[in-house]
Amino acid sequence: MLNPKEIRKDFPILNVNVHGKQLVYLDNAATSQKPNQVIDTLTAYYRNYNSNVHRGVHTLSIKATEQYESAREKIAKFINAPSDSLIYTKGTTDGINLVAHSWGLENIESGDEILLTEMEHHSNLVPWQILAEKNGATLKFIPVTESGALDLSQLNILLTSKTKLVAITQMSNVLGTINPVKEICRQAHALGAYMLIDAAQSVPHMPVDVEDIGCDFLAFSSHKMLGPTGIGCLYIKKAILETMNPVNHGGDMVKEVTLNQATWNDLPIRFEAGTPNIADAIALGTAIDYLTELGMDQVQAYEEHLTTYALDVLKGLSEDFIFYGIPDPTKRGAIISFYSPEIHPHDIGTVLDRQGIAIRAGHHCAMPLVNGRLGLPATARASFYIYNTEEEVDMLVDSLKKTLQYFNR
Amino acid sequence: MSSSNPSFNELDDIYQDIILDHYRRPRNKVNIPDPDLFSRGFNPFCGDEVTLMITLATENQIKAIGFTGQGCSISQASASILTELIKGKSLKEIMEISDVFRNLVKGLAVSDEDLDKLGELEALKGVSKFPVRIKCALLPWSTLEDAISKNKDL
Repeated sequence: MLNPKEIRKDFPILNVNVHGKQLVYLDNAATSQKPNQVIDTLTAYYRNYNSNVHRGVHTLSIKATEQYESAREKIAKFINAPSDSLIYTKGTTDGINLVAHSWGLENIESGDEILLTEMEHHSNLVPWQILAEKNGATLKFIPVTESGALDLSQLNILLTSKTKLVAITQMSNVLGTINPVKEICRQAHALGAYMLIDAAQSVPHMPVDVEDIGCDFLAFSSHKMLGPTGIGCLYIKKAILETMNPVNHGGDMVKEVTLNQATWNDLPIRFEAGTPNIADAIALGTAIDYLTELGMDQVQAYEEHLTTYALDVLKGLSEDFIFYGIPDPTKRGAIISFYSPEIHPHDIGTVLDRQGIAIRAGHHCAMPLVNGRLGLPATARASFYIYNTEEEVDMLVDSLKKTLQYFNR
Repeated sequence: MSSSNPSFNELDDIYQDIILDHYRRPRNKVNIPDPDLFSRGFNPFCGDEVTLMITLATENQIKAIGFTGQGCSISQASASILTELIKGKSLKEIMEISDVFRNLVKGLAVSDEDLDKLGELEALKGVSKFPVRIKCALLPWSTLEDAISKNKDL
């Protein structure tokens, strides 16, 4: 089992005081904290070998290019993908938009259907709304059950020969639900549909193997997995990637340019026009090293342990709070949304903040799920990572009790 | 009022009893049919929502006002206090109150004379110490200004 006490030593921010209290950071589904190793990689790049990639013959440029490309290899290996099928993006949103603007615009036709779910983050919903409107496609949605799982009994009705794309989150950022993407992918492929996975919440917290899942597209972000903001990755199956046209055009993505035309560079940098986010890509590689050393199966096991503990102790508050998500901690990630009919989530968030506890309050960029399906104005959400402890869960429970006392004065 | 826990003392600045009372028992939380002035304010960041419906006695004076909405205690209490405060007032007086209130929650200096115009709104003064909550307190007032500005005749 992971030892969070040891892990915490690598995260300087965990010693920061908030309103005179030591920070208890439970907003990891929004963004994770960064270990010294990642911070040091960033500063080492800027201090020692800051240089542009793929063009210089000088020593620094060669080192920057090596580091940039070796990070890509590490990240690709991390999700069991070939490195020439992995595109650097700004993040999950950017990756999904790339698929919509390139593959989507050229392949989704009038009358086609795009199958999504009711639990998608806006980033895996709005790009498809725009595309559907442009190309005359129809959006369909797999419903969410009362317990917070996908209602897969509807799948064989919703999935038809008209379905061109199935785009689904692997882990809900509101409910923590882990969706059976491999099985859904199998059924999608059987009907000739393509499969995209929003892995923003899954890749940081559990082993993800694109080969095993068999998906066609998979997008994730660095900043939720110990890495810097502004960088992410998009995996695209090689055979599809070869048929796709780049969305951005300019330097680095071209092979030969004349005044009137250009030919595209090799994969995957064909999709990375302009000077890329070099420092953050290399630092994401360090985050991958950190997680690989811990072992993603160990990361998942620890978070399952912590979620089990949290769900158990939070039961003591079930008279005042409703807790959402599948009760079985093996079928969900370390994300717990809760709601009190008496105290609005923002007020809970403000009061917890004064205790040094950082949670998220709002619709979590999933308005159709929170406002629509759950029928709530917002939820409060605590989300955990490798450095969170049982003591911190106890502090959350204690502070929620104090919050109730305060508002019920 | 309130608690012996020192970290809760600062919270008393924002969560005064008046605020929690308006939150739990909102005044004028009713639909007004055929309003002369109408606007729905929404804060996309946190989902707070306030809809204002107003009928006018004269071209320049408010007769009836109601609101609907959902959101945090600050936004909903601010809306409830607004409806009580502006009833019977002229649009000019209302705009003055709105300006003074904006200054108050932003932590700017407000004269005693101006403060008297605010009534129970003064209870939201502590919001100035919680910058992310300022927009909660101002949501009903932005909505009101929008409702007034949409009616070009006024």
